[in-house]
Amino acid sequence: MSRTTIDPDEVAKFEAMAEEWWDPEGKFKPLHMLNPCRLDYITAQIAAQYGRDLGSEAPFEGLRLLDIGCGGGLLAEPMARLGATVVGADAAERNIPVARTHAEWSGLEIDYRHTTAEAMAAAGERFDVVLNMEVVEHVADPLDYLTACHDLLKPGGLHICSTLNRNPKSFMMGIVGAEWVMRWLPKGTHDWKKFITPDELYDLLRRAGMTPVDRTGMVFNPLGWSWSLSKRDLSVNYVTASVRPEEPA
Amino acid sequence: MRSAAWTIRPAAPYLEGMSTGSDILIVGGGLTGPVLALAARQAGLRPVLIDAQPPAVQEAPGFDGRAYALAAASVRMLRRLGIWQALEGGAQPMVEIKVSDGRAGEGAAPLYLLFDSSEVEDLAGPSGWMVEDRHLRPALSAALEAAGIPRHAPQTVTAQEVRAGRASVTLASGTSLDGALIVGCDGRRSGTATRAGITRGGWDYEQTAIVCAVRHERPHEGVAHQFFMPGGPLAILPLQGNRSSIVWSEHRPRAEALLAMDDATFLDALRPAFGSFLGEISLEGDRFGYPLGLSLADSFAAPRVALVGDAAHGLHPIAGQGLNAGLRDVAALAAVLEEARRRGEDIGALPVLERYARWRRSDTAMLAGTTDLTNRLFSNDNALLRGLRDLGLGAVSSLPPLRRALIREAAGISGDLPPLMR
Repeated sequence: MSRTTIDPDEVAKFEAMAEEWWDPEGKFKPLHMLNPCRLDYITAQIAAQYGRDLGSEAPFEGLRLLDIGCGGGLLAEPMARLGATVVGADAAERNIPVARTHAEWSGLEIDYRHTTAEAMAAAGERFDVVLNMEVVEHVADPLDYLTACHDLLKPGGLHICSTLNRNPKSFMMGIVGAEWVMRWLPKGTHDWKKFITPDELYDLLRRAGMTPVDRTGMVFNPLGWSWSLSKRDLSVNYVTASVRPEEPA
Repeated sequence: MRSAAWTIRPAAPYLEGMSTGSDILIVGGGLTGPVLALAARQAGLRPVLIDAQPPAVQEAPGFDGRAYALAAASVRMLRRLGIWQALEGGAQPMVEIKVSDGRAGEGAAPLYLLFDSSEVEDLAGPSGWMVEDRHLRPALSAALEAAGIPRHAPQTVTAQEVRAGRASVTLASGTSLDGALIVGCDGRRSGTATRAGITRGGWDYEQTAIVCAVRHERPHEGVAHQFFMPGGPLAILPLQGNRSSIVWSEHRPRAEALLAMDDATFLDALRPAFGSFLGEISLEGDRFGYPLGLSLADSFAAPRVALVGDAAHGLHPIAGQGLNAGLRDVAALAAVLEEARRRGEDIGALPVLERYARWRRSDTAMLAGTTDLTNRLFSNDNALLRGLRDLGLGAVSSLPPLRRALIREAAGISGDLPPLMR
């Protein structure tokens, strides 16, 4: 992890941004609220795929993991803490030094890079696990993008992909609720037309060469003010697990 | 307030050489501290214990008069942690709890409330056990030793620091320890809370609890008694053999006078309240005085700091619930930290610690409120309140479901139980 700049003003700026990213009551509060629920899903799927015991000291030791759209490292850090060798990629250049700064505070070694899934796939990078959380609804061509995710997996590798469903309820909750009423997200964060139904995503994953193995809803409970996983309710936020077959199809 | 507390100035980056290999720094080696260390270890974490007292290496030869009432749920937890096995032989089960209103100079009133633990099916045993201090401390010490948990004792903390990624404490010896989290198990005057800027509120009951033990002529048959006397409650709790532990709360000036008396004069003062149902009584061991007050921390968690037991909530010892409430904190914190560890979360991060604080806060407020109210309702000789009390005791007595609910409460098996206590 080498810093490319030693400008003290820059460092102070990154530190302030790292604090902002990791402030549970700050700008990224919705992600902090969702994080325990996402982590429960991700850790359980990885443990099942690779036969790991989450009670052990470093259950993900020896697994090479890529977090696409890593932001400030909210998922990359837990994965590194569980022993995985983590690469965090983000297309937004400003996030990289911010995530690096926070990983240093946490005493974690994470390889953060300003790059894209497509570029890494073209360079021949391969991973045991690819995390693709809340990204696919933002890309121009989901099939091209998911094909790059497929190419980034070793045969037998696990791809975890979450997004938002497309229906009147997700429009109310994801756009009107989250962006307009609660102001959890800046207006215009999401384009509802780009939301993907679970069946469409399964279809896209198959066309990209992967075998879908699970889909689960992530449901916000306004009473407990927290998120939980649901096998039945995939009406707004949901997450999928898919595997790259051992033998290319 | 929360976001203000979160704005920590990031200090120097984490340096590798500074790690002690521990992740939880437990301050306070009394009773909850060692149990937390053992629970944390069982949850796959690496605790270190800092104790102001030297370790209790071996059992004190004689009984000094101190004993604890452990609710059934606390015993379940100690069994899971492998501590109970060493205590079981010396512990006295409480099969019944008898509650009655007492009048100065007259002993217990004839109307009483009886809690028989066999009324509650899922309890499958007594609602609690009495354990002597001289057995409990060495058992905890031996368990820490066996688990290989590092201890700094006798040693005090002189400073603590919370940075963006780590927390650290400085010991009087000059040694500095660091980890992800500091847990204050350091009592109602918790230095950990003060250093973290956590304020506290509460009040003095102007009562002092006298703790001692008596030997009596007749067997107690495993029955615990609570007499509500005008000066405060008197608890008579069964110990092994023909012995009972006494917790006698009195208005402070009277309590101080009682503590200063010689044994014979003290027994003369105790007899009228105690009554004659166990025959002739004599003192065993010393007398201890504990000034009573309610002391609640305004917050149970801050960034990289959590408070447990009396450091979070010093209660009125009315139902003997102080230690049991502390052990429930331990079980809840251990569960929250284990879940966070399995997710790869930072165990010292405020959102994680707030799950613990939320879990324990309502339970504690309820207990603090109930014990406070009970004490106020009973610690007086007002004729009107006395009538109400007798009416209440009679009502509970004739309503089995309510009685069963209170037994479950006393056994600590009600509410949202942490896994270690299920």
